Amino acid sequence: MTGNVRLQELAVNESGFVFDPHTGLTYTANETARYVIEQMKAGSAVENIVEGIKAEFEADGRDVYRHVLEFIHNLQEQGLSSLEAPVE
Amino acid sequence: MSRKPYEKPMLVKHQLGMLNKFGSVPSVEPMVSIDGVAVAELLEKYGSPLFVFSEQSIVDKTEELNEAFKLRYPKTTVAWSYKTNYLDAICKVFHREGSWAEVVSEFEYDKAIHNGVPGSRIIFNGPLKPADALEKAFRNKSIVNLDNFDELQTAEEVAEKINEDVSIGIRVNLGTSATPPWGRFGFNLDNGQARDAVRRILAGGKLSLNGLHCHLGTFIQQPEAYQEQSAKLALFANWLREEHSITLDYIDIGGGIASCNTLHTQYLPGSQTTPPLSRFAEAVSSGLSELSCQPDDYPTLFLETGRALIDDAGYILTSVVANKRLPDGQRSVVIDAGVNILFTAFWYKHEIVPAQPVSGTPEQAIIHGPLCMNIDVIRPSLLFPPVEVGDKLVIKSVGAYNVTQWMQFITYRPAVVMISTSGEHALIRRAEELSTITDMEEVPGWLQD
Ligand SMILES: Cc1ncc(COP(=O)(O)O)c(C=O)c1O
Repeated sequence: MTGNVRLQELAVNESGFVFDPHTGLTYTANETARYVIEQMKAGSAVENIVEGIKAEFEADGRDVYRHVLEFIHNLQEQGLSSLEAPVE
Repeated sequence: MSRKPYEKPMLVKHQLGMLNKFGSVPSVEPMVSIDGVAVAELLEKYGSPLFVFSEQSIVDKTEELNEAFKLRYPKTTVAWSYKTNYLDAICKVFHREGSWAEVVSEFEYDKAIHNGVPGSRIIFNGPLKPADALEKAFRNKSIVNLDNFDELQTAEEVAEKINEDVSIGIRVNLGTSATPPWGRFGFNLDNGQARDAVRRILAGGKLSLNGLHCHLGTFIQQPEAYQEQSAKLALFANWLREEHSITLDYIDIGGGIASCNTLHTQYLPGSQTTPPLSRFAEAVSSGLSELSCQPDDYPTLFLETGRALIDDAGYILTSVVANKRLPDGQRSVVIDAGVNILFTAFWYKHEIVPAQPVSGTPEQAIIHGPLCMNIDVIRPSLLFPPVEVGDKLVIKSVGAYNVTQWMQFITYRPAVVMISTSGEHALIRRAEELSTITDMEEVPGWLQD
């Protein structure tokens, strides 16, 4: 998904510190948020991101799908992602 | 490979003042128990939402207030302001701790009698005291503070009718440099109206004046206001003595001392901006040093402190019912306690904390109540950790005015519980149910089938 220009620009470090060179704003991303951003940068579809999270995190019984959609929506709203969530 | 703990994905924008240089957000301390009793246990037993009162907190605050004032003015008596919270169990704790009752209506007067308070330990204030209520209070030798000239006339008629010696006080209002004018109640002291009231009482010859009452306003954070108030009252007492040979039994400075809550208009938390009770005591005793009488003749100082004694003792335990994202991107957390039981949410930024350990990045949120009403906002904005449906929250410092001014609107008012000084807990008011409401109603014959 190299088409997601805005997201590709974001600098995300290991401790979750996010820098947007475009605006100079900074953010804190938690571990799952970092995972989603990395996966989106790599072009993964929502379904795969959700499956990936369930495999890496103890998310039993949690509505991960809803959380990921909400997160992606939030990125767009903050102007950090130029694309809709890609769906398979 | 073991999986890592899951947290909802979250990206939080850094704002000035919110983060330290490492980019971390201040953490919220959960409150899992109150006075040693688990919040989860209370909710399990009594349902959600739930009001909880700490007896220990009432005992401690009352002791603090008494000590602060008696150290500086030994003839101090605290009278519990019924309107602030008149649940019987709450009043009984105050009375057991030595407080008299301060009431502002006939209903409250009757409730104080019902709670076993001797009539002579009830202070009867308020702008409406019907003749029957005055008669009851005069016969019981209660302390009655008159509000206006018409009431003065009614009081004279009642005194004549019962043919007893009747003493009364007058309520006065006055300006201080720190409080907005509250001229609605009592006789104005600054413009001479209070002196006219005294002359009128003396001319009537049916009542004797034995006290002054003045309530400055509410949520007062400036001790100086009390210094000016008590100095003005002391000078008025001097004038009464010199001009009319009247020696007062009491000076009642009302309530109004701020609790440690935070107003919406305040930036710093109330715990940092509200001075300790000792500063108020200092201010009052310094004002009263204007009294020119002999120490033996010093009047009793009555305090009608309300919110500062009970706010911190009260909690609402509540449950998260939904997480929402509003169209403008804002996060909303919906809880099962609304403004109908927490109307002080309109004044205060009530502190809200989870009742279980939380993890995850806090994010700005609006806390909404469950009412079908746009104004049902418990906190318009606070930094709050992620919570899930079913999680329990504790809303702090809700003890004043909520359980007297609450409204039964589209739902039932919840149960109220007290935790004793020894950690027992018991219902002090049952939760309402359908019959609580319908028992009051009548369906006229033509609508019955
Ligand atoms: C006459 C009188 N006394 C005492 C109080 C208690 O005030 P607070 O709760 O602000 O201390 C009030 C409250 O309005 C009042 O009107």
